[in-house]
Amino acid sequence: MKQFLDMVLESAERQPVRLLRILRAVQDRYRHIPEQAIDIIAEQLKISRTEIIAVVEFYSFFHRQPQGRYDILISDSITDWMLDKANIMSYLSKVLKVDVGTVRGDGLVSLNNTSCTGMCDQGPAGLINGYALTRLDRPKIDDMAVLIEQAVPLSEWPAEFFQVSDNIQRPGLLLQQAIAPGSGLTRALARGLKETLTEIEKSGLRGRGGAGFSTAMKWRFCAEAQSDRRYVVCNADEGEPGTFKDRVLLNSYADQVFEGMTLCAALIGAEQGYLYLRGEYRHLEDKLQKILQQRRDDGLLGQNILGQELNFDIEICMGAGAYICGEESALIESLEGKCGIPRNRPPYPVTQGYLHKPTVVNNVETFMAAAAIAVNGGDWFKGAGTERSAGSKILSISGDCAKPGIYEYPFGVAIKQILSDCGAVDVQGVQVGGPSGSFISDQELERQLAFEDLATGGSFIVFNNSRHVLDVVKNFTHFFAHESCGFCTPCRVGTSLLKKQLDKIVDGHGSAGDVAALEELCQLVKNYSHCGLGQTAANPVLTTLQRYPELYQRQLKKISYEPGFDLDGALEVARRMANRDDAGAHLTQVEE
Amino acid sequence: MSKTIRIDGKEIPFEEGQTIMEAASAADVYIPHLCHHPDYTPHGSCKLCSVQVNGRNCTACTFPALEGQDIISQSQELQEDRQRITQMLFVEGNHFCPGCEKTGNCQLQAVGYYLNMLDNHFPHFYARREMDASHPDILIDHNRCIFCNLCVRASREKDGKNVFAISGRGINKRLVVNSSSGQLKDSDIDVNDSAVHICPTGAILIKRQGFRVPIGQRIYDHHQIDEVALEQESESHGR
Ligand SMILES: Cc1cc2nc3c(=O)[nH]c(=O)nc-3n(C[C@H](O)[C@H](O)[C@H](O)COP(=O)(O)O)c2cc1C
Ligand code: SF4
Ligand code: SF4
Ligand code: FES
Repeated sequence: MKQFLDMVLESAERQPVRLLRILRAVQDRYRHIPEQAIDIIAEQLKISRTEIIAVVEFYSFFHRQPQGRYDILISDSITDWMLDKANIMSYLSKVLKVDVGTVRGDGLVSLNNTSCTGMCDQGPAGLINGYALTRLDRPKIDDMAVLIEQAVPLSEWPAEFFQVSDNIQRPGLLLQQAIAPGSGLTRALARGLKETLTEIEKSGLRGRGGAGFSTAMKWRFCAEAQSDRRYVVCNADEGEPGTFKDRVLLNSYADQVFEGMTLCAALIGAEQGYLYLRGEYRHLEDKLQKILQQRRDDGLLGQNILGQELNFDIEICMGAGAYICGEESALIESLEGKCGIPRNRPPYPVTQGYLHKPTVVNNVETFMAAAAIAVNGGDWFKGAGTERSAGSKILSISGDCAKPGIYEYPFGVAIKQILSDCGAVDVQGVQVGGPSGSFISDQELERQLAFEDLATGGSFIVFNNSRHVLDVVKNFTHFFAHESCGFCTPCRVGTSLLKKQLDKIVDGHGSAGDVAALEELCQLVKNYSHCGLGQTAANPVLTTLQRYPELYQRQLKKISYEPGFDLDGALEVARRMANRDDAGAHLTQVEE
Repeated sequence: MSKTIRIDGKEIPFEEGQTIMEAASAADVYIPHLCHHPDYTPHGSCKLCSVQVNGRNCTACTFPALEGQDIISQSQELQEDRQRITQMLFVEGNHFCPGCEKTGNCQLQAVGYYLNMLDNHFPHFYARREMDASHPDILIDHNRCIFCNLCVRASREKDGKNVFAISGRGINKRLVVNSSSGQLKDSDIDVNDSAVHICPTGAILIKRQGFRVPIGQRIYDHHQIDEVALEQESESHGR
């Protein structure tokens, strides 16, 4: 182990900021992070063992107990459930002879759930040893079982298991034509860097990660912050269930994304950039490394880019299963090798980000758009979209529609139009912007996609009339409770209470006061949480309570109070021990 | 001319770089808090000190005081919500006040009194948490930890030792001890460390001290926490 760790630590240059990378290597090799490894890493990086334990226990993909040699995780996204995930899971469990959440006795295989893996257009999906599995069905599972029992290494498995399709259904402004590598930078240098920033300002580009902050303004703030060093970070954490556009952009337009990052670096004066790639997109890692190398070889990264006095390089940092790391300050903490806990603000990342230096964090699509604007100019972009939402938006569409996949529209498009294009019929409602966004009903399909009306990071999940809205809400609420970082009270405790309270109602144990209590709890979690996760965690409940109050009411018992505790059920053991089951051995706790 | 902020209608002077909590405390205005202590880097996790700054909720312990801020702290709505947040802390762990050695000296309990908390409101988690009684002088009862991070900060910032950390995610968070066995006895903690004396609840206790001060004669049996906090903290905030 010592030898292996030496090699891993050496390649990470013994830098504590690369702790995640080191732990990923250890997890891959030993299928967990052994105690002994923790001691060695602690000693070598000169950090405490508790710091390592904290990181290991924070991220879903690290374990302190060995996982199976084939570690299978099945995506828990609502879209997977709609594609019969429950069945897939029980079949896997049966065929592989392993209970969900456990490691098989012989250590060969382990099976568990995981949050959305970003394959909602081709589920039911999962991961095996970190690599994406798509379109799972029974025949595929039968084949998998054979390969696993024969211990065939993953590298020798048929490629079709790992096929990830782009599913670009409707290209628009950006997707129709990728820019040629280097053309954005060449144009920017010819035009002048200052002028190019003005051009981006003129374009009206706003961040594509959800919040919609002006990109030019963010870059300008960062450039103006006093510092000897600056950083550019591309946020490819994409953990919002239903969102998978960044996966496609990085698979087929990575050059342009890297070009956008390099452009930003030139404009703000940064020499180092990071692509923070979610662990679930491990299948993209090698490909992206090759593209980076190609760009170095072509003089588009590294020293003296395009023969100018421009130095910039990009490193890929892989996440390890934590939705919260998409929040920009949590992402920065994670980049620094720590738990992804959002920082206090102010200060903001543009003045104190990575290693407390000014840092620009932008979404994948934002960088891609910026590169195109450098080539085509601000007016070209501004020409599409609406007054306050310039340009186009790339959407990840999944759920009940004939053609799930990637769609690009100018901002301002009506929801109705989108639904008709993707072949959605008998629509009951649409989740716009993922669980943190809004659930809109079929009465609102005239509404527009734009910051003025319905803003979105790109997730668009369609539900037809065969679906139960409360199942959707339950799935999302469990997701947030699972993904809360746990830093602050209202979110750590609040999201878990929300889950309990909602389950009580959905499972038919709620009574009149329970909906009011649910709503009160929603407001608390929303108003007092530290970061965007907690502030939006109650949105699934709030947006559906507003639109479908009767769905909640219908679940309620007709009594005024229903205890959360089953008194008679708790007596079951005593009854068995006393060997009696007469009327006197039962208690009712409320008069029906 | 010194700059001022306004808290509940009262003009309060502040110095550049002060947080709202610091300015308030120096001016004898109490804002409820648990994870904050004037000697340590602000944490901003308990959320009890939430105030409305120009209509927006912020934590007073981390948010900088800035000219022109109009702050609401004592409204009925805020006090009720703080009560709910305190109740969350109570149901998350296992707090049996009458049987706890810290009773009467516990800040969590005292904040509960201050906010007129009469029940726990929320369903209990009944979390199964352990006790670490391995150390000859010090006891950790994990049932009462509220993850305020004060022991972590005190050990790091004052004792220079780094004995504690908070591990895990979400509701599974737990306090971990920096030693090969994970037990307190194998760490380099000492009963005189600041970290041992800072805990606002009964999670970290000193052994063989039990009932030295009888119940009924303890701090918060006689004084409200606002009074005690201002007396102890306003000076260090004054700088
Ligand atoms: C819980 C949470 C998760 C987030 N996840 C992402 C994400 O996966 N990708 C992303 O670009 N932004 C995400 N964001 C928003 C980022 O914090 C940040 O606003 C964004 O990366 C800025 O880039 P932009 O200006 O290009 O939109 C998330 C925010 C929160 C609160
Ligand atoms: S709101 Fe939730 S995710 Fe955000 S800091 Fe608080 S506990 Fe962490
Ligand atoms: S042990 Fe005490 S001081 Fe430490 S985090 Fe828990 S409650 Fe805070
Ligand atoms: S005292 Fe401010 S958040 Fe805890």
